[in-house]
Amino acid sequence: MSAPVGTDVPADLSARALARRRRQESRRRGWRTFRGHRSGMVGLGILTVFILLALLAPLILPAEGLEVTKATGGVLEPPSTEFWLGTDDKGRSVLTLLVWGARISLFVGLMATLVAMVIGTLIGLTSGFFGGWPGALLFRMTEWFLVIPFLPLAIVLSTVLGRSLLNIVIVIGVTSWPGTALLIRSQTITIRERPYLERARVLGAGSAHQIRRHVLPNVMPMVFANTTLTVAIAILTETTLSFLGLGDPTRVSWGSMLDAAFEVGAITTGAWWFIVPPGVCVVLVVLSFTLVGKALEEVLNPRLGMR
Amino acid sequence: MSHLLRLEDVSVTYRTGAGDVPAVRGVDLAVDAGQIVGLAGESGCGKSTLAATILRLQPPNARVAGRVLFEGEDVQTMRWGDLRALRWAGASMVFQGALHSLNPVQRVGQQIAEPIRLHEAGVTDQRVDGRVAELLGQVGLPATRARSYPHQLSGGQRQRVMIAMALACRPRLIVADEPTTALDVMVQAQVLRVLHDLVDDLDVGMLMISHDLSVLAELCDRITVMYAGRVVEQGPARQVFADPLHPYSGALSASFPRIGDPAARFAPAGLPGDPPDPAALPAGCSFHPRCPRRFDACDGVVPELRAEGPGRAAACLLVGAP
Amino acid sequence: MTGSTAPPVRGTVLEARGLHIEFGARGGAVARAVDGVDLRVAAGEIVALVGESGSGKTTLARALIGLERPSAGEVFLDNAPLDRSTQGLRAFRRRVQLVLQDPAGALNPRHTVYESVAEGIRLHGLAASDPERRTEADLVAAALSAAGLRPPERLYLRYPHELSGGQRQRVLIAGALAMAPQLLVADEPVSSLDASIRGEVLALLLALRRDLGLGVLVVTHDLGLAWNIADRIAVMYLGRIVESGPTEEVLREPTHPYTRALLSVVPEIERIEPVVLTGEVPDPTHIPSGCRFHPRCPALADGTAATRGIEDACRREPLEVLPVSTGHDVACHLVRSRP
Repeated sequence: MSAPVGTDVPADLSARALARRRRQESRRRGWRTFRGHRSGMVGLGILTVFILLALLAPLILPAEGLEVTKATGGVLEPPSTEFWLGTDDKGRSVLTLLVWGARISLFVGLMATLVAMVIGTLIGLTSGFFGGWPGALLFRMTEWFLVIPFLPLAIVLSTVLGRSLLNIVIVIGVTSWPGTALLIRSQTITIRERPYLERARVLGAGSAHQIRRHVLPNVMPMVFANTTLTVAIAILTETTLSFLGLGDPTRVSWGSMLDAAFEVGAITTGAWWFIVPPGVCVVLVVLSFTLVGKALEEVLNPRLGMR
Repeated sequence: MSHLLRLEDVSVTYRTGAGDVPAVRGVDLAVDAGQIVGLAGESGCGKSTLAATILRLQPPNARVAGRVLFEGEDVQTMRWGDLRALRWAGASMVFQGALHSLNPVQRVGQQIAEPIRLHEAGVTDQRVDGRVAELLGQVGLPATRARSYPHQLSGGQRQRVMIAMALACRPRLIVADEPTTALDVMVQAQVLRVLHDLVDDLDVGMLMISHDLSVLAELCDRITVMYAGRVVEQGPARQVFADPLHPYSGALSASFPRIGDPAARFAPAGLPGDPPDPAALPAGCSFHPRCPRRFDACDGVVPELRAEGPGRAAACLLVGAP
Repeated sequence: MTGSTAPPVRGTVLEARGLHIEFGARGGAVARAVDGVDLRVAAGEIVALVGESGSGKTTLARALIGLERPSAGEVFLDNAPLDRSTQGLRAFRRRVQLVLQDPAGALNPRHTVYESVAEGIRLHGLAASDPERRTEADLVAAALSAAGLRPPERLYLRYPHELSGGQRQRVLIAGALAMAPQLLVADEPVSSLDASIRGEVLALLLALRRDLGLGVLVVTHDLGLAWNIADRIAVMYLGRIVESGPTEEVLREPTHPYTRALLSVVPEIERIEPVVLTGEVPDPTHIPSGCRFHPRCPALADGTAATRGIEDACRREPLEVLPVSTGHDVACHLVRSRP
């Protein structure tokens, strides 16, 4: 098949400028493909709303709404014009709690994912690329961490170090990175054997160059797709841990709201406005991350093009 | 008496998002029992698309015009039941790239047996095993090989398994798509010998597709050369190879030099440029941009096949009488 | 029938001396992929290394480029043994380059043509240390032009999947030329390309020899390719070179029974009666005793060897490694027994 006509270039543009233009072009094309994904766009929309709400929380709903001593509403009042989502057992506006809770849930989710991705990618890459005993050692370590159950670890950490957000981030990070590492490792092993890696070696590339220029760019799509999934799981895990009372007692998160609702017997008293909103928010956020991740995968893969 | 296979003015057009792409344009071809016909061409000439139409295996977005007649019946308009009966028992295919056409997690004996079981309902295991052993023998493999997995076989052995599979239901026509490409020259010779003996012993008809004109000249009775979806030359195999009429056939023939010919020493023959994009064909003769013998009229007229000599024709303005 | 010993050669010389390469196979068996080879490639000549799968030709080529470590023997560049330290290999790679087969897989699908060709230049800092003060873009353009892709700028931003097979192969060659090597090792340079494109890539290799004084070792199973471009040819079987010499001599008058058989089955060769060998090249873990070709040798099977009284030698007496020479050498008891 003959090559397509076009992309004639003025000779005075430097090669780097050309490459930059090419990258911009492909980003625009990627965005266009993503836009074509209805489910991905829906997910992105929902996420944007939540992120905006979380960021703008101090401006739209003052922090005093969280303080128990300043609570103005009655106990477990149903939704009204004053309190759109009713009040909790301490008279605070559920809406305020919800929006501020978003900050914690999203923050913890993203931080924990960052930790997991960085550790997981580093270890996965190293263990996959370098064979022999270093690779095998890292692999065994990965497997060892893989089987650590997150709940007992969380309980131990919270008992020993006290209950805090940092601990939750640590727990989630420590128990999530092996999954990523295994994925990256197997992908690295596949890429390592590809002919273009051998060509790089023949041209004189050392390991660092090979990883940086060839392995990492080809592994990144998988990393991104995996990241969105990991964030979703991290948020769910945070919710779970907070629900079980292992989170920071001074901070409000969706999980802690569910915990409080449960303890106060909101189900038996029929105070649905306390239980349903945080649950729905968790579901929405997790779902939208998953939708975005799925759409991202499809955007990043076809770039690898025709054979 | 009708031919075993007759393609009458077959055209295949792909309907894509970017418009209609003509992959095959008006091809006539015939194969008789006991005859081996060669179809020569390179990637993009439409030969694999054409082969797919014989068993109605073309992709869903392909529109077929003309008639594909197997034993007088049009394959493209057959009823589904007749088509199922045709596939493998009337005509079968040996696909390109045996490595990827075999299921890596199934023993080869099972894979050869599969079409047998599909076409002969209720056949006993014993009969199937016997038939598989017979087929392996026909392609020169010991019967014990039935228990091997594809990765345990060499390239040549895998290709022979593909041929055994194609024979499983005693077809009357076999379409072999690049069966010896990527095989070593000695293994290629063995596989060609198997194919030749099969045609002799079983009186099947064979359509053999390849881009290596010398292989086709060795095995086939007649050769049809395709370029950019059209037939550019037809004739007896040896003559098309040794004395080609169309400049493209000449280039194809010269690509694989005669060893011992001093003219080919340090003079590799080839064509400049690339085969045309079917979506953007040149005006007039599709070959003219690369043709060493083009002249002014070539970009204005699409040449028809013109006869020159008994049973020979070429689509070139330099050939024959208009 | 040995030729004269090799005269001194001008220019860069890459040599394998007594090379053995072994791999551990399943079950503890040892596969002797290369079982004793002396081979030389010099700048300004094209040598074809011909053999079937299992002959060890690809392993030998990879050893000559430093990608495989020999278990015995060594690779020499200009009479100096290959320095396998990081710096030593880097310096080596500037002088000897490899062109892989499968151009579709050998180029990173995410890199543009410019980036692929510039990779070697960047790795070795060639633009910074260029005596003529050329920029990286200049060097890339020069390499692409030398590989026949003109005007080079038109291809800078293309990705591999947007190129034709012939163009991809040229980009690969350009990437190797960017280092200004003295020797190229080309592994099946045209086997994945369409028939009519072979010519231009082979012509390119010839032009590189003529214009840049490059030496090329072409590894292939295609005897026609050797006839087209090679000055010398070496035929490998199961880890050893069984026949070598000037291409015209070896391909016009093949003397080793294996070479004769290979040549006889090339389609449309009329002057030799086809000898289709049975079976396939044996497993390198079980190399036959004596002459490694004897189980499949037609001369042994049809009694010719017996009449010469060398049957026993064929089965039991191993042959020596063929030395490097300018003449036509054959490793065969039958040939040696001729008066």
